Amino acid sequence: MSMKLWIRMTWLLALPCLAACHRGMEPVAFHDDGYPPALSDWHVVEARDGVLQLNQGVVPYELNTPLFTDYAHKLRTIWMPKGVSAHYSATDTFDFPVGTIISKTFFYPIPASEPRNAKDVARTYDTRRDFAGQGLNLANVHLVETRLLVRRKNGWIAIPYVWNADQTDALLARTGDVQPLRLISENGEREDFNYVVPDQSQCVSCHARDWTTRALQPIGPKARHLNRDYRYADGDENQLTHLTRVGYLTGAPAPADAPRNANWMDPHASLDARARAYLDINCGHCHNPKGAANTTGLTLDISTPKDRHIGICKPPTAAGQGTGDHFFDIVPGHPDDSIIPYRLSSTQPGTMMPEIGRSTVHKEGVALIKAWIAAQPGECVVLH
Amino acid sequence: MYALVGRRGDIAVMRKTCTVLVTSLLLAACGHQESATQSQNDASFESKLEQQLLDAKPGSVITVPAGHYTLKRGLSLRTNGVTIRGAGMDKTVLSFKGQIVGPEGLLVNADDFTIENLAIEDTMGDALKINQGKNITIHGVRIEWTDGPKSTNGAYGLYPVKTQNVLVEDSVVIGASDAGIYVGQSNTIVVRRNRVEENVAGIEIENSVNADVYDNTATKNTGGILVFNMPNLSQAGHATRVFHNKVFANNTGNFAKKGAAVASVPAGSGVVVNSNDKVEIFDNDIADNQTANVIISSYFSTNYYNKLGVAADYNPYPKSIYVYGNRFKGGGDSPDGLELKTLKAAVYGINGSFPDVVWDGYADPNHQVDGLPPANDRICIEDTNGVLNADGPHGYKHPSTDTKPFQCSLPKLPPVALNPEPNV
Repeated sequence: MSMKLWIRMTWLLALPCLAACHRGMEPVAFHDDGYPPALSDWHVVEARDGVLQLNQGVVPYELNTPLFTDYAHKLRTIWMPKGVSAHYSATDTFDFPVGTIISKTFFYPIPASEPRNAKDVARTYDTRRDFAGQGLNLANVHLVETRLLVRRKNGWIAIPYVWNADQTDALLARTGDVQPLRLISENGEREDFNYVVPDQSQCVSCHARDWTTRALQPIGPKARHLNRDYRYADGDENQLTHLTRVGYLTGAPAPADAPRNANWMDPHASLDARARAYLDINCGHCHNPKGAANTTGLTLDISTPKDRHIGICKPPTAAGQGTGDHFFDIVPGHPDDSIIPYRLSSTQPGTMMPEIGRSTVHKEGVALIKAWIAAQPGECVVLH
Repeated sequence: MYALVGRRGDIAVMRKTCTVLVTSLLLAACGHQESATQSQNDASFESKLEQQLLDAKPGSVITVPAGHYTLKRGLSLRTNGVTIRGAGMDKTVLSFKGQIVGPEGLLVNADDFTIENLAIEDTMGDALKINQGKNITIHGVRIEWTDGPKSTNGAYGLYPVKTQNVLVEDSVVIGASDAGIYVGQSNTIVVRRNRVEENVAGIEIENSVNADVYDNTATKNTGGILVFNMPNLSQAGHATRVFHNKVFANNTGNFAKKGAAVASVPAGSGVVVNSNDKVEIFDNDIADNQTANVIISSYFSTNYYNKLGVAADYNPYPKSIYVYGNRFKGGGDSPDGLELKTLKAAVYGINGSFPDVVWDGYADPNHQVDGLPPANDRICIEDTNGVLNADGPHGYKHPSTDTKPFQCSLPKLPPVALNPEPNV
């Protein structure tokens, strides 16, 4: 569809929008075909009055342990048409109805130490300055991209949008983008890196959990990732409870009876639970029995038994230069002799893991996995 | 058998690594700059090609015109029935020098895929990976790491894995830090008329069933043609025929990173069978591979076998291996590593050579009839100047040159028939 036609359609749609519209936003538009040229064509989230606002019925959510993406902060939302809901699963992505729109906006806090510019972003886990109500405070954050996962009749489709320099709208970027950014830590440390927006085909690399059917699936909206509280406009509530209450989810048990991954940074959670949650969300979408990495014999999702399947004394299959001269994926007690932390510590394509989705090393994540490997018992005794 | 291979190599590799480190730092810096200043032409070419790959429909032919293009991001294709066609392996060049995003040059997850007549150069990781798909044809493709053999080169050149009905022909792979042509966990495979040089492994068939490898030329690799079975994978491989190939002077020092399966291959290996079954090696010209022209070995010799990390049902013993009717020349005169050198000197003298075939000596102790494997599981060797049983299980203490245990024949494997036949 041509840009002109889109503009005209948007204009036509705008006509009936009177007082009923949420904060002046038109109702969410589910497009069952094509690639609308702007994020604003969907009316899911929009930059208005200095805030990235969520439309009516657009529910934000968080994961117990998120995927690492170059220290970016993320705002995740979900929207469904009226009268339909997702069905709960204890283990897999919920079965979402046609019409569902999931959005994930990647952004960074602006570093306090620098005048606002298009390159410098803060490396911090502090999210307190990010929000304005349920939306994002655009005075404090720099928006990079918003990815949509849209459940159409024939399945999910991933559509990437990249925010413009003025931060007024995000534009379709099917072939992705590369933005040179600089992370600035609270202690003044600086790190230049290329923020890479994946192309549409690369979205599939992670979101096709089964490489035979090649069907896309959202990764985050699973019981074990969602089972936690969120600070909604009307107070704190468990996300499974909230989604059920607003009619987006059916069949969920009480939160206490649903699985729950640890928060990888929770000092009260066990090392094992934190490490397994980290591996699950960062690696399990490929390293599962049906995923892209099922060629390797290494599985890292949460259900993997803690034996050779998760890498204990397992020789690599096709790691190539990714072995870093190490013999086994995990050498119990010896993180520095293990392949997994070596690959997590690399930023070289062909060596680094995950293969895409980051250009920097997640130091705190690597430290967690090293500590976990250091605590594992056993020995890789070579047979002759 | 390869236990000490690493030691001698280490010093050289360390030196090399230092040089490489320095160089790669420079290169990385240059690469960065290069990618930052990717020409407008290249940038729009890259974006157009990505768009074509995204928009491809079954039946689409993506034609890449002659030219040298620099790309900074890995490409991927996920649509069935697509052909990518260049103007020739020396005319259409996709160069990934300075690549900033991988993991591959081109990743394909699709059926009925054909790629022909182009080159992919200097990818940071694997060059062309086809992960899950049937009816795959690779024709006239050149993969090359242009700075020669280096451990920082990408691992695999042409890399179909978990595929069915695969043809790799008339292609060239140079410089892979693992295997040039690597067919893994696949079924019904023909690899023919390719040239593989200066890779660690020239051609490797791994955990695959029904493969014909013929009319290829493998030279200047660490090992020429490998047929391997690794543990913990979706299937065990068997039934590979290696015939009418030229496998000579594969004496390049092993430049794989340790831990990689091929890192255990001694420099100077012609054809290597490791832990695989039903392998037929015949009518080849195999010459001047300085460790041995043919090596038959078990997973025990790789130094990776351990109880915790290897599936209990994995069978590490090569069974039903038939070597006959090859033309051998030279080789075995300067084996890689102190341990093999010592073994050679002990059995054949300082100036002697290993015979055409060296077996590491591991046989399944629970699978024997009168001291030999059952008739159809034996290692049968004809038309060679000898066989060495290296006695790996006892630390090479009692090697044997007795050829009697190998005097046998095996039923021949049927040719591989691709179905459907690709029409290139």
